[in-house]
Amino acid sequence: MAQFILPPNSRIQPGAHHAAPAQALNTRTFKVYRWEPDKGENPRLDTYELDLDSCGPMVLDALVKIKNDIDPTLTFRRSCREGICGSCAMNIDGRNTLACTQAIDDIDGDVRIYPLPSMRVVKDLVPDMTHFYAQYASIRPWIRKQSPTPPDQEQLQSPEDREALDGLYECILCACCQTSCPSYWWNPDRYLGPAVLLQAYRWIADSRDEDTGARLDDLDDAFKLYRCHTIMNCASACPKGLNPAKAIAEIKRLMVARQ
Amino acid sequence: MAYRTPLKQARGLGASHHGAAHWWSQRLSAVAMLPLMLWLVIGIAANAGGSYAQTTAWIANPLNAVLLSLVFGVLFYHASLGLQVVLEDYVSHQGVRLVLVTAVRFLALLLAIAGIFAVLTIALGG
Repeated sequence: MAQFILPPNSRIQPGAHHAAPAQALNTRTFKVYRWEPDKGENPRLDTYELDLDSCGPMVLDALVKIKNDIDPTLTFRRSCREGICGSCAMNIDGRNTLACTQAIDDIDGDVRIYPLPSMRVVKDLVPDMTHFYAQYASIRPWIRKQSPTPPDQEQLQSPEDREALDGLYECILCACCQTSCPSYWWNPDRYLGPAVLLQAYRWIADSRDEDTGARLDDLDDAFKLYRCHTIMNCASACPKGLNPAKAIAEIKRLMVARQ
Repeated sequence: MAYRTPLKQARGLGASHHGAAHWWSQRLSAVAMLPLMLWLVIGIAANAGGSYAQTTAWIANPLNAVLLSLVFGVLFYHASLGLQVVLEDYVSHQGVRLVLVTAVRFLALLLAIAGIFAVLTIALGG
């Protein structure tokens, strides 16, 4: 059966407390999930009190400040700090989102920061994305076609056909939606999940791609596609405001249309 | 120790090609249930408090007998499709899942045939 409680070695213990400097006036408490693979200990929740007057406005700024000023062992992924690379996806205040676009002011009370749910943790806030990326690779996410591209020009796409990709091409593969989906929690080995299915539809919807039938064949499966029960967590989690559930519904519609 | 690439794991055994048919059958049987259930509720309400003879006479009416047989067929077909989805969601052990899905299908078939047989006995045997 699906496991509804954490195994004993995954239960979170109270951790270290780092108080704010005495002269700080505008403090905020951050509770951050910590786990080190080398120590053989349970994960713990460390508490950091930060002086927001000397900290940037976003949750990522707070994490960088913790790492720079308080605790250099804190581990997390980040790169662009402007919501386009998808590296800093994590669970903040109970929601999967990007730390770099989540304002500290928009969170009530203590700021609780955990890694993306259901993924194997590598260290602290870094989840193992290997299987997710392999699932993305399994849909062969590129233009597949038989007709040769004209030798003297690009393959053309009308503005209307290009518009069909709006709401799809913006996906940055941060896995916020993927790891918010209960169906993906229960069957991650076989269900492709909202992010990969949105990407699959992105190539089905592309006017230049000629392999639509084969793409649908590869998805016609009770687990790969039809684990989606329109729970809609994906649409509410997406930090780019996309709607993976709608893309999945479009795939299901095409499955019926070709019967 | 298994030396398999992540892509090999992600691809698994490939697509079964049964997913869309199952999903569409579930939707179609749900649509069929809408008028059938409405008719059934009205029929039961109309016979509420009636005698045994009155109820069997209602069932023996050819139109009611046909519709009631349809109800048993569609209801248990839809139920077995839906329960299979629930089992696929929550039972991760392949062998246990196969046994449970098979048991659900056999039970649904048994109940559907028992229900239809009862209707026919009343309609034809009375």
